[in-house]
Amino acid sequence: MSKERIQISEDLYDIMPSDYQDLVKNATYGKEDRGWKDIGTSKELIEQHSLCAGCPESMAFRYILASLPNPEDTVMVGSTGCTSLVFPMVAVHNIHSLFGNQNAIASGLKRALSVRFPGRVKDVVVLAGDGATVDIGLDMTLQAWFRQEKFTTICFDNELYANTGGQESGLMQKGFVAKMAPVGKLFDKVRLPEIARESGCHYVVNCTVSKPSLVEKVIRNAVHIAREIGPTYLQLYTPCILEIGKNSMEGLQEMRDSEKPNERFAYKEYISEPAKQLLAELAAKDKERKAAAKQLAGQASA
Amino acid sequence: MSDYRVLPGPEHFLPPAAASMGICLPNPGEAHINGVIAPEEKAYEEAARQFLMAKVPTIFPGPLVLWAWNEKAAKKATAVRHLFNTLVECVQPGQKPMLIPMPDYRPKYPKINPEVEINPNHPNLTIWHNRIDCCMFIGVHCHQANLSLKIIRGGTSCYTIAMCAQAGHEDAMLSFRDASVEKIMKLADTVKRLKGTVQPRLASAKNGVSS
Repeated sequence: MSKERIQISEDLYDIMPSDYQDLVKNATYGKEDRGWKDIGTSKELIEQHSLCAGCPESMAFRYILASLPNPEDTVMVGSTGCTSLVFPMVAVHNIHSLFGNQNAIASGLKRALSVRFPGRVKDVVVLAGDGATVDIGLDMTLQAWFRQEKFTTICFDNELYANTGGQESGLMQKGFVAKMAPVGKLFDKVRLPEIARESGCHYVVNCTVSKPSLVEKVIRNAVHIAREIGPTYLQLYTPCILEIGKNSMEGLQEMRDSEKPNERFAYKEYISEPAKQLLAELAAKDKERKAAAKQLAGQASA
Repeated sequence: MSDYRVLPGPEHFLPPAAASMGICLPNPGEAHINGVIAPEEKAYEEAARQFLMAKVPTIFPGPLVLWAWNEKAAKKATAVRHLFNTLVECVQPGQKPMLIPMPDYRPKYPKINPEVEINPNHPNLTIWHNRIDCCMFIGVHCHQANLSLKIIRGGTSCYTIAMCAQAGHEDAMLSFRDASVEKIMKLADTVKRLKGTVQPRLASAKNGVSS
């Protein structure tokens, strides 16, 4: 496991900036049941980020990084956008691809890792905005799913091109007027979750990041299913508070409002039959592990 | 042989890569000083002299020695610490040796803390902030070292030394090649030997670092 492999040289330990010392001492690499509840008690895998104050994307980043089941052996592939400002501050291997290329890069990367490290689990997670996933990179996104590439695609859906001032994107809702889209969107929001299902994704979720426990669950499911079965897709609503005219503290409420029944981010989930079977097996193993731990704790206290 | 010389800057905003100006890398057993191939023995003397002359002689250890990837890396880290301790022992009052890490290469936003680290994408910030007038890179991957050395030559007047584990760096003012624990220790010994024989440029160092 990487935490044991990566240690600071003893003779130079004292000159290392404290964030690196913390990462080695207090991060949750290798912890089997790591999750969002570690936030606040352990070193997070994200240092200061340069997103706007109150940006829901920063919440999403924190929850996702806390929930990855295998961060020391995970490579994230990003694309141009607000996310690319965060990746330099993330303590997980990551690659910045050309705008829209992320799923093509991830396909090659996943295959190369399987060849290079045949005996080791290596996860690949694509994390890109809606412009990269649905507009500019749709070809690469779909082709990776058609080919059944074994990695997870996460789309941070903020329903426009936020980083460049608010242009219309395919995932923008119909009729929405943005700073750089003054006539309003003329057609419906692209139904990518449905397209993902039809394109062969084994696990598809459409939700917001208002609930950390839910984000943790879907991330773990998506990564495990992608590892064993085939492509998975998560579309997470991370509204750009600046571009929709909200204040810093209103991002959470915006997500809560958007996930009500019949709203566009009401929780939707699709799981293929093989994926359901895998999740059931994982749940059974988890139950066994917890029971064994409980028994061990009981014996220790007796 | 090229007439171009790799000298302390500030050269200009985008200095040419020294290789493009005809500067060649040394062969095993050699080094280069200002772009001119020289025997390694001479380079030890010159590097030690530059360290002892500087107001703020600084070592920048990179990821290849900061992280204990293997036993060799850990031993090099010990040697780097020994070299730094030797510098501290050998300098005169008014000189301030520093040991500043380059833990990784990511472009750090929104800022780095130049008091505690150096980043290869804007090394000049750390050099300006600490008024460093002589530095040595060790354990920095070649492509990042070249980038940093060029930026330093472009925007500062800092004298740069590369203790390179591979074939050396044209963009440093002085470059060793095939760095090993023994070579680092030998440089420390040379510093110790020249102690007291070199006059520090304390007065002129006030203007030594250009911003």
